[in-house]
Amino acid sequence: MEETNKNKNKYSIIIPTYNERLNIALIVYLIFKHLRDVDFEIIVVDDGSPDGTQEVVKQLQQLYGEDRILLRPRPKKLGLGTAYIHGLKHASGSFVVIMDADLSHHPKYLPSFIKKQLETGASIVTGTRYVRSGGVHGWNLMRKLTSRGANVLAQTLLWPGVSDLTGSFRLYKKSVLEDVISSCVSKGYVFQMEMIVRACRKGYHIEEVPITFVDRVFGSSKLGGSEIVEYLKGLLYLLITT
Amino acid sequence: MKHVVKILTLLVAITALWFGLLQTSVIPRSHTWLLPIYFIVSLGCYGLLMVGIGLMYFPTCPQEALLLQQDIKEAKEYLERKGIDVSE
Ligand SMILES: Nc1nc2c(ncn2[C@@H]2O[C@H](COP(=O)(O)OP(=O)(O)OP(=O)(O)O)[C@@H](O)[C@H]2O)c(=O)[nH]1
Ligand SMILES: [Mg+2]
Repeated sequence: MEETNKNKNKYSIIIPTYNERLNIALIVYLIFKHLRDVDFEIIVVDDGSPDGTQEVVKQLQQLYGEDRILLRPRPKKLGLGTAYIHGLKHASGSFVVIMDADLSHHPKYLPSFIKKQLETGASIVTGTRYVRSGGVHGWNLMRKLTSRGANVLAQTLLWPGVSDLTGSFRLYKKSVLEDVISSCVSKGYVFQMEMIVRACRKGYHIEEVPITFVDRVFGSSKLGGSEIVEYLKGLLYLLITT
Repeated sequence: MKHVVKILTLLVAITALWFGLLQTSVIPRSHTWLLPIYFIVSLGCYGLLMVGIGLMYFPTCPQEALLLQQDIKEAKEYLERKGIDVSE
């Protein structure tokens, strides 16, 4: 904690939500628990969740303060990529963390992201699951197989220089995120991959920290359908445009 | 340079090398003709091998799931006390 005590930076944590009323409360508690000596704000971008996510966020604002938890909702479900852009507009920190609300991204890793950035001066610190002391829990064989296959394919074709392309638990310098996000057009998993590949091509300094990923306990997944086809299309798109 | 151009350049270089081998016949021609097939087969093997190794050594973390359950319990207790709605 030495470094974080002297750390004068402000961090904006952007959390997109759709039907995460329970998860958002739990994750906010855990963020405050694990980032005691750090200046940060949490920006919740909720897309008009019908389950009352926004009511819970308002209750949390009463408890933790409206300057610490910002609710920046949008009227309807408009997708993840634009949710980040929307949240970014309201970020006042010099660094931005992007994480999911569903507790797959555990806030206990936030200090290691911050520490890594301070030590290396990196523009992006990305969480990786596929290293020792990282890991995944709760995936069946099929999910593991597609994940490994997708990763090998992307590594062989794109040479991206990071080991976990589709993870989305990342810390960015704010200016870098603004630069990279403006040139990204993909959706879903491909979006995360496009962000990191473009950042890599632009020559930004990227560092990795190990994280563990526990499949969501509450709520339901919002991605789905023809993910594999979308992924292959995205791969092709990145091959020709980056 | 777009990435696809890099990959195509690599492929062109390999093809040129192969033509070179065909011309000079350092190794018997019948072998040289088969080289592209060997190349594709070994590429496929490489892919399968990497996926296989990835699956075998897929890092898992069952203890993390237990820790998360504890964290959830702790968070729920605290938030409930503060009057925040954490019913499922
Ligand atoms: N604002 C907003 N948030 C979204 C939208 N779609 C998903 N999210 C949020 O984005 C995060 C990731 O979505 P998930 O459904 O967990 O996607 P995933 O993690 O790839 O899938 P799982 O592994 O099944 O959890 C969660 O916090 C969601 O609530 C959307 O359209 N708008
Ligand atoms: Mg998730």
